[in-house]
Amino acid sequence: MTTKPLYQTPLLETPFHARTAPLNRVNEWSRWAGYATVDCFTDLPGEYFAIRHAATLFDVSPMVKYRIAGTDAERYMNRLLTRDVRKLKQGRVAYAIWCNDDGKVLDDGTVFRLGASEFLLNAQERHLAWLQDSAPGYDVTVEDVSESIAGLALQGPLSCTVLKAMELDGIADLKPFGIAEFDVAGTPLTVSRTGFTGDLGYELWIDPARALDLWDRLMEAGALHRLTPIGSQALNLARIEAGFIQTNADFVAADHAVRPTRQRSPFELGLDWLVDFDKGHFVGRRALLRERETGSRYRLVGLDIEGRKPAHDALIYHGKSRQVGMVTSAMWSPTAKRNIALATLDAAAADKAGGLWAEIYVNKEMKWEKTAARCRIVARPFFDPPRRRATPAPDY
Amino acid sequence: MTEDRKYGAIIIGGGHNGLVCAAFLARAGQSVLVVEAADQLGGAARNAEIAPGYTAPACAHILHLLHPRVRSKLKLRRHGLKLAARRLPTVALDPDGNHLTLGGGRIAGTVPEEDARSWRRLHKRLLRMAGALHPFLGRIPPRLGGESWQDRLTLARLGLSLRMLGKAEMRDFLRIVNMNAADLLDDELSDDRLKGALAFDAVLGTNFGPRSPGSVLTWLYRLAGEAKGGRSGLALPAGGMGAVTDALAASALDLGVDIRTGTPVRRIVVEDDRAAAVELESGNVLRTRAVVSSADPKTTFLDLVGPEHLDTGFLRRVRSIRTNGLAAKLNLALDELPDFPGLDRAALGGRLVIAPDIGYVERAFDHSKYGEYSAEPAIEITIPTVHDASLAPGGGHVLSAVVQYAPRDLKGGWEAHRDAFADHAVAAIARYAPGLAGRIVGRQLLTPADIERDFRIAGGHWHHGDLAVDQMLMLRPVPGWAQYGTPVAGLYLCGAGAHPGGGVMGAAGMNAAQRILAARKAGNAA
Repeated sequence: MTTKPLYQTPLLETPFHARTAPLNRVNEWSRWAGYATVDCFTDLPGEYFAIRHAATLFDVSPMVKYRIAGTDAERYMNRLLTRDVRKLKQGRVAYAIWCNDDGKVLDDGTVFRLGASEFLLNAQERHLAWLQDSAPGYDVTVEDVSESIAGLALQGPLSCTVLKAMELDGIADLKPFGIAEFDVAGTPLTVSRTGFTGDLGYELWIDPARALDLWDRLMEAGALHRLTPIGSQALNLARIEAGFIQTNADFVAADHAVRPTRQRSPFELGLDWLVDFDKGHFVGRRALLRERETGSRYRLVGLDIEGRKPAHDALIYHGKSRQVGMVTSAMWSPTAKRNIALATLDAAAADKAGGLWAEIYVNKEMKWEKTAARCRIVARPFFDPPRRRATPAPDY
Repeated sequence: MTEDRKYGAIIIGGGHNGLVCAAFLARAGQSVLVVEAADQLGGAARNAEIAPGYTAPACAHILHLLHPRVRSKLKLRRHGLKLAARRLPTVALDPDGNHLTLGGGRIAGTVPEEDARSWRRLHKRLLRMAGALHPFLGRIPPRLGGESWQDRLTLARLGLSLRMLGKAEMRDFLRIVNMNAADLLDDELSDDRLKGALAFDAVLGTNFGPRSPGSVLTWLYRLAGEAKGGRSGLALPAGGMGAVTDALAASALDLGVDIRTGTPVRRIVVEDDRAAAVELESGNVLRTRAVVSSADPKTTFLDLVGPEHLDTGFLRRVRSIRTNGLAAKLNLALDELPDFPGLDRAALGGRLVIAPDIGYVERAFDHSKYGEYSAEPAIEITIPTVHDASLAPGGGHVLSAVVQYAPRDLKGGWEAHRDAFADHAVAAIARYAPGLAGRIVGRQLLTPADIERDFRIAGGHWHHGDLAVDQMLMLRPVPGWAQYGTPVAGLYLCGAGAHPGGGVMGAAGMNAAQRILAARKAGNAA
């Protein structure tokens, strides 16, 4: 950890930096929540295929984390989030979103229920002011614990095998979205069966002071299983295949949007299933009830696109003439063997069957060309291996 | 216990706005109950016995804003409202005894002829501008970006009303509206006494000094209430300010309103996302189609509704309303009429103002910025007993004063400083009435902290929240919710925290009733 004043460290180093930096042979970094984060260690295909065929480590320490505790924590979380937090049992994790008054999504993330009255909220963006301004009237404390928890995502079919090699007893029986506590050489280690790859995988949470030790133990345990550190590029491919959306990539966080029309409701993001109108009041509920009555303007969908050219930033047309939307994430999926994309469409166009075309832009040696490719709306995830859910986790 | 009867509307708070709203609703055939926490109706517009036999106006002491539709539609005269005095002159007190008396645009006293002319012109000009604003006091503020023709019409009317002032005057309006009162007065006038008294008018009841930007707007806003609010000008009701409350209560009762005093409300019961009932401190639950709160917005939303029924952004705005009061109320019981050298008995029946120059008022304000009270406060005085002997026993008198500035969050707290501040206030008056101290037989000082406690007004602000450009009209009480409705269906606001604010005006209560009735008519489950 650095001891320089913050203004001299425009980009912070994560607790794993001492290990990730020497491995980052191509020296590709980018910024994530104020931290230097590896884009790619050596080669993207190798890292991507390690996710689907072996085991990978990705440093998720920059994730923004809030601890919410107090006798009213459950009531507080239930008002903050759109889903029914009362149904979330201790030792379980849930995917969740939260909205502003207008029912527009501020962010998505995972909620860890650590106790009857203790939660951990992991988010892409920072929300301390919003969380604290939601607190008056509730006996809760909201604390930013981002810097006091180091995190590693261990993902891939061999991830459980690696943890077993590290002698985490009973890890194979941990169910998806479950949390388990372990002791690693006297240090508490929290393991959750969660991740952003849509594959079998875990996230490991530890005291930053013990981060490097954890890394070393994992690399040692995974040496025979091709445990590969990966950068955010490989992870991004896996998350698109999994059909996961990302804040400020597939939609603009409501409190970042300068133009009000860029804000998106849960319905517009295809997250209807996360909205529980029967649990009582939550922030944005009245606006969402109105939207349910009057209809939504947009729909986020998965697309299957003809051909092999990834439809990055493609505009979507209906009947080749009327623009009805755009692609926010796209790739050729090596695993699904499909040309896939996440796109936001006008609701009316999304509801009509067929007639959609993607206008794909390809740069052929400094010359942009465009091609039209037929596309259709398909269910997500694009890739969904049974091992993702299997309990006990399969051994390979 | 849940009581059997279900009301069409339950009004929380029996202050003047609550009573006005109740009466207007009952007049339209609704079954209405008013619940008041105190044993007496009236809120800040009630009488208080400050010494045996001495009746003083508890807070508000001048009737000048009462909306004409309230007066006429609720037949207040028939219900006993009489004025003991009307068109009170304002006396600008001068330390040397050369007092000025202002009545409308006229000045009596020694003042440069040029100032007399300039003030006549300025007064007319301000009244015309205030007159253009006046219609909006009695109207539901439009929704910005609203889709209803009513919203557009109201906005268009506001524009038209200002445009009708004529090109030159509209420009003048736009020029001065964001100015500070001191600059405007310095532009137009030279006499310190005159400017001081007028500057004090501009900032009465606000968190402003005369040099605070926007103090011309608060002045115009006050004049707008006065411009057409009372042909009687500044008036004193016979029987004290409590008589206004009595007349409103009589009118309400006559229209079939049920009233319960000594009935504090514990919470507003929200069921299926609707305000469905009111739970009393006694534990009783009263069911209703609508809950109408004349309590201030912070009390209503933070205490009575509770955050679990509200959204974070909305609560942020509610909590951000600036509600810290800084006007204290001083009531003195006197064994005889005080002697103000240079003023005869008739003049003492006027409104006496201690604000000898602009700097005096600004210096008084300076203290409040740092959490201190004014060592030399600016003061507005009435002696209602000059006009109405019934308010004090045998030859005694009551002196009622609004004293600025007394910030609610005083450094060191009010308990430790209340007496010292009252001494300062009395000394400031005694400078103009040397024998005053010896005539005092009873003294009562209400600081904003006392007003907050005794009248259940968060912050103890007589407007339930500053009247400033960012908390006015479409932005009052919070942006997006200026139409008396709230995010909770069936819950309305009708108090001073809503447009157009405080003062014994009754417009908020009247407008809220209109909004509720319109919603009922439209079949909104109001």
